[in-house]
Amino acid sequence: MPAEGIEARLKRWWFAGGEPRLGALDLGLIAGFVTLLLAGAWFAEAFFTERNMSNLMRQVVANGLISLGMLLVILTGGIDLSVGSVVALGGVLFAGIVDQLGIGAALAVAIASGAAAGLVNGVVVARFKLQSFIVTLATMGVVRGCVYLYTEIPLSPSHPGFRDLGATLVGPVPLSMLVMLACYALVWFYLNRTPAGRATVAIGGNEEAVRLAGVNVRRTVVVAYMLSGGLSALSGAILVSRLGIAQPSLGIAYELDAIAACVIGGAALGGGAGSVGGTLFGVLTLGLINNLLNLVGVKSFYQEIVKGTVIILAVLLVATKRMTK
Amino acid sequence: MHLPFGGTKMSGNAREGLHETLLMSGVFLGVTALLQMSGISKRFGGTQALRSVDITAESGEVHAIIGENGAGKSTLSRILSGAVQSDAGEIRLDGIPQTITNPLRGQQLGIRMVHQHANLVPNLSVTENILLGGMPTAGPFGWWIDWETAHRRVQQILERVGFQGIDVRQRVARLSPAQHQIVEIAKAVAVKPKILIMDEPSAVLAQEDLTKLFALIRRLREENVLIFYISHRLDELYAIADRVTVLKDGSLVGTVDPRHTQRDELIRLMVGRPLQDIFPRRDPKPGRELLSLRGLGRGGSFKHISFAVAEGEIVGLYGLVGSGRTEVARCVFGADRPGTGEIHVMGRPLRPRSPRDALRAGIAMLTEDRIGDGLVLGLSIRDNASLASFPAMSRWGMLDRRRQDALVKAKMRELDVRPPVIERLARMLSGGNQQKVVLAKWLLTEARILLLDEPTRGVDVAAKKEIYATIADLAARGMGILLISSELPEILGMCDRTLVMREGRLVDEFTRAEATEEKILAGAAGVAEASHAG
Repeated sequence: MPAEGIEARLKRWWFAGGEPRLGALDLGLIAGFVTLLLAGAWFAEAFFTERNMSNLMRQVVANGLISLGMLLVILTGGIDLSVGSVVALGGVLFAGIVDQLGIGAALAVAIASGAAAGLVNGVVVARFKLQSFIVTLATMGVVRGCVYLYTEIPLSPSHPGFRDLGATLVGPVPLSMLVMLACYALVWFYLNRTPAGRATVAIGGNEEAVRLAGVNVRRTVVVAYMLSGGLSALSGAILVSRLGIAQPSLGIAYELDAIAACVIGGAALGGGAGSVGGTLFGVLTLGLINNLLNLVGVKSFYQEIVKGTVIILAVLLVATKRMTK
Repeated sequence: MHLPFGGTKMSGNAREGLHETLLMSGVFLGVTALLQMSGISKRFGGTQALRSVDITAESGEVHAIIGENGAGKSTLSRILSGAVQSDAGEIRLDGIPQTITNPLRGQQLGIRMVHQHANLVPNLSVTENILLGGMPTAGPFGWWIDWETAHRRVQQILERVGFQGIDVRQRVARLSPAQHQIVEIAKAVAVKPKILIMDEPSAVLAQEDLTKLFALIRRLREENVLIFYISHRLDELYAIADRVTVLKDGSLVGTVDPRHTQRDELIRLMVGRPLQDIFPRRDPKPGRELLSLRGLGRGGSFKHISFAVAEGEIVGLYGLVGSGRTEVARCVFGADRPGTGEIHVMGRPLRPRSPRDALRAGIAMLTEDRIGDGLVLGLSIRDNASLASFPAMSRWGMLDRRRQDALVKAKMRELDVRPPVIERLARMLSGGNQQKVVLAKWLLTEARILLLDEPTRGVDVAAKKEIYATIADLAARGMGILLISSELPEILGMCDRTLVMREGRLVDEFTRAEATEEKILAGAAGVAEASHAG
């Protein structure tokens, strides 16, 4: 057999699905991202400094972890609105017990508490076939209430290693960023190389087909919600470690940024589309927009407006893509 | 009024003469037909549903459109009614080019469609469904609905179309499938249309209602309505059609006069080749019993179903829509709630509570709705084909990619899926190839018993032939196969035994030698007793 040129192989890989892996619109989004980067470098002198870069990375970690969990739930055709409250649960719990248990055990307990909240979400949604929107809206309130029951005042533990998780730098890169990237790699592996992961992706596309194939749909969906809860709690722990203080009001409205990141990354609400790479792209885009607007000194209200506009544009792009199919 | 042939009524002889002329000359010299569709093409994903189809039709004509499943009949009618847009081609009404961008526009132009699956709002009354959007109002500025007038009006409409006896105040959800169809027909005829499209209206109707339907169609023809009648039941065409247009694989084969066209000729036009060439030659050697049902029943859908399927046997299960044939298979597969009675698989009792239980016992089921519950369209061939056999393809909870790809590729080669690229998204495949992927999914489970529900629906003839060959091959290798189909040629051509269901009961059983189209149909429609009595 004659050896195939590298170009031909790349081309075959790119079109293996029967259509290009990234369409013109996706490429347009990426071009927009690059333009933002260049604009940042041009307008804000402080942008490409080492200090700002590691700052930017630290800032995206919180949303990055939540979005990753949100992606799993969105892939199954659901949505998890309780993530913001679970961030607070994880953060407050971590700060509350770190003095007694030490870093490792406190972190484990925090993540487990988030996974437990996810378990409740998942079981109620999958077992009773309720709308995830309503169920997680309700648990959002319940979990927030529990957080306030645990503490009404901000906690600042005295454990010497409390701030390590959020503040340590490994070379120029924050430790938390490495943790986040490791989570992305693990979730990518889960979704692409395990039966449960492939089932997760398939459920959003056609749940009945997956059920008829003899796959345990219920368990797969519950796992997605548990991962979402666990990742949100981890995000909360990292966040309070970075801030040095754990407020019970932490994480309010964080679900919006997470959903936005998934959508910008090509995820379809209702399931059936979405990828780990795309979500990472969405997280970075949102982080970049925030960072640039901060550097240029735009008021935070404007930031909200700009972010909202970007989200609508991204959703519009996805919709046009679907219509032209 | 722009009627091509003057008068509103024509004697039977005159019409016959006219058609002779038209068919002989092949063109409508000097007159403008009511409807001219030319060069209509439509593509859905990887499937070319219609290829440059031309149809001309007159008012006061019953124009049948026939073709196999997937020939493009429904697409054509949906384009005419405005439900979908064609990619290319032109539609002229009374000679004037029209773009029918949505069903509302179609209705404004006088085009009405009776859908195969009634398009009704289940939680509204019959009255509201029929008058939807045009309810009579009363009071100042017409602020509230005049229910009395509305009910009376609908009552009159039902009488006019010849179907009384439906309570117009009842919610549609409480009606039977046949009554749904009747409401759907009444709704379409309520505003007198110029063109009425009926998509398989007879599928759920019993004999008595069918007679009434034909009477209605004849009356509408007298009123100069153009009726497109889509069906694959040849008997009906001979009963009412003036002309028959045959579609095959999205292309126009021709338009013929049924009075001068033999049944065999029509079938040949539809299928494109003599039937016997499609079905593989088989040498069945039934072995030991694989599956047996004893008195299986569930709720109102089926009762007392007992039959067996042996190794190497292909058993046909025929019945009209609503006869319970699909429900029986779904029950055996554990897709619905379990029923009463017993299922034995290779001598062992089985009570499947989920498809997982059935798959473990060696039963696989290809469902009738490939898009609805067979495929995940956004995923690749690899994912779709593996979905039911993850355990065999993974180790330590991780997919063994090399093993997975080897298994999937081997099946793709065996079934000749094109293109043989396992990364190809299911959405991008043609109907035939999609069906092969679904079949591959079930074959990869290594099942011994295969339940096939309409395995060749929406599949072109070439792929059909390949699927038949695969089924025969599987049987030859010892698999037990239950073949559910609403296509009689398929049942007659493939099955060693044929079971017939009607209204949830098993009513007939024929060996290959005994089975004929007439006997099976008579059993399924329940006319056997009637014809004996009369």
